[in-house]
Amino acid sequence: MSTEPKQNSIFKVIGASSLGTLIEWYDFYIFGSLAAVIGSQLFPADAGASALINTLAIFAAGFIVRPFGALVFGRLGDLIGRKHTFLLTLMLMGGSTFLIGLIPSYSSIGYAAPILVLILRLVQGLALGGEYGGAATYVAEHAPVNKRGFFTSWIQTTATGGLFLSLGVIVLTKNLLGADDFASWGWRIPFLLSILLVGVSIYIRLKMHESPMFTKLKAEGNVSKNPLKDSFSKKGNFKMVLLALFGATMGQGVIWYTGQFYAQSFLENTCKVDFNDSRYILLWGIAFATPFFVIFGSWSDRIGRKWIMLTGMLLGVIFYRPIYQVFLDDTNVAAVTQQDISEVSSPVIVRSALTNSADSLVTTTSRVTLLSGMSFTKVASYTKFADPAKAIVEAPEIYKDKVLSPAVFWKFVALIFFQILLVTMVYGPIAAFLVELFPTKIRYTSMSLPYHVGNGVFGGLVPFIATLIASFAGADPLSGLWYPIGIAAVGFVIGAIYLSNKKPDHGEDHEDLHREEGQIKYQEQN
Amino acid sequence: MNKLKKALGLFWMLLGPASVIFLFMQAYEKTGLAEAGADKTNTALQWGIILFIFIPISAGLVIFGYYALKGEYDQLPSEDSNL
Repeated sequence: MSTEPKQNSIFKVIGASSLGTLIEWYDFYIFGSLAAVIGSQLFPADAGASALINTLAIFAAGFIVRPFGALVFGRLGDLIGRKHTFLLTLMLMGGSTFLIGLIPSYSSIGYAAPILVLILRLVQGLALGGEYGGAATYVAEHAPVNKRGFFTSWIQTTATGGLFLSLGVIVLTKNLLGADDFASWGWRIPFLLSILLVGVSIYIRLKMHESPMFTKLKAEGNVSKNPLKDSFSKKGNFKMVLLALFGATMGQGVIWYTGQFYAQSFLENTCKVDFNDSRYILLWGIAFATPFFVIFGSWSDRIGRKWIMLTGMLLGVIFYRPIYQVFLDDTNVAAVTQQDISEVSSPVIVRSALTNSADSLVTTTSRVTLLSGMSFTKVASYTKFADPAKAIVEAPEIYKDKVLSPAVFWKFVALIFFQILLVTMVYGPIAAFLVELFPTKIRYTSMSLPYHVGNGVFGGLVPFIATLIASFAGADPLSGLWYPIGIAAVGFVIGAIYLSNKKPDHGEDHEDLHREEGQIKYQEQN
Repeated sequence: MNKLKKALGLFWMLLGPASVIFLFMQAYEKTGLAEAGADKTNTALQWGIILFIFIPISAGLVIFGYYALKGEYDQLPSEDSNL
């Protein structure tokens, strides 16, 4: 049997896998972060077909294609091996991201531009669907059995790292070039840069070796001939796929997306917190909480994965509404009195004619600073009719661009930190949990599908469904939270009743291949 | 615990179709409320994608419930190594 991995320490394995996965997340996120610029450059100005393609690009890649990528590349990973498959997904992701940066504008090639974006976005979604399972499986199959949670938790930090990297590169590029040049051509740089990042990652991954478990399986001729059939048509395994989805990844997905995406959207769109403040709050929260991915991953090696993950879900169910109520209360400025105000800027009054009418809209904007240190923009407007017989119609006052007082800012950082702490509880141990739920020969296929349905569909739809629920008749700003709370509650019940805290035993784990063959230097280093 | 697992199996089997019916009703209502033109097409497309994705998931929940009802989760592979 091959002993190639001799040269690799487990930390090289983690580094190579994590770097590639981080770059895939970077590639996936920059499209979302630059969607508005892409829309203005590669889509026609009018709505219609372009809006249709844009919707397809965002929805299809996020929700449909990721599970299909899981099936396509999961199957491949179980047939030809983990290493070559996640090399392929990395190349596809990097290549498609690079090519998005090269697409001529709509003014040059017309509708070919948005169609090319859609095709490349679909390739991105497919690649992402295949990447994660490969990286998690690869690391887990190199790790000592009693350290799987700790080692795979590094992979779990990459989604957050990718988000950081994408935001950092975009902000840096924009600041260096200026807003005009960035909007004109500079937005392509983060896409083109991807090829360098991917090149480095491919170089590193090419030097890695196939996972020892898969190598052993192949040497023994026990590789699955049809991983899809073995995963989903055999009751013994399919029931575990369903259990992984409904008892773990479904709840984990909504906790993940609520803490890292819906929270920021809620602060910005519902509470009207200033653009920079809402992002800084999230960034601080993520920075403080990220180490806990590794802490909870490591802890799960000692006490089991189940109750750490389920505690994260339960705490989300209990605390989401109180937390978001605090967000609402502490940013509610409608009830401030004169005694609370320290300064009001000179009002700016704008009178604009209404279309096809002699009537006009008068808007008064002023900046209000409170004694607490909080400031906000107050917009009051009314319609003045040309017919003097008609009474003035006042619109409700709008309060926006709220810059928080230091005390409230840090209170919000603490509340976001707590939500991301829940993310680390559900997400830190889940790679090890999924890997251990399935046998080696169909592991890549079996774990990838529930992961991407749980995260891509249940999690990815949190903003859409929460907004939808908030639009129901009689709904309040917190009504949207019933979606993640409901899904997490169902996930908690199913997980608590049906999951075992014991590690499933597929026979092979007892061999502890790595120690037996001296393939990992982990023990030497410790 | 095994009795509870089985009893809840029936609940999961009912929850699957109930959620699909709810989604269909929402799709019908929201598409109807959208303004004619691109907005309507986009809303219909979004809901079409959501139904396309959630119908198989709901079917999965029914199968999960059926397995639970039949006692398939009474013992997991850690206990019987039946994988």
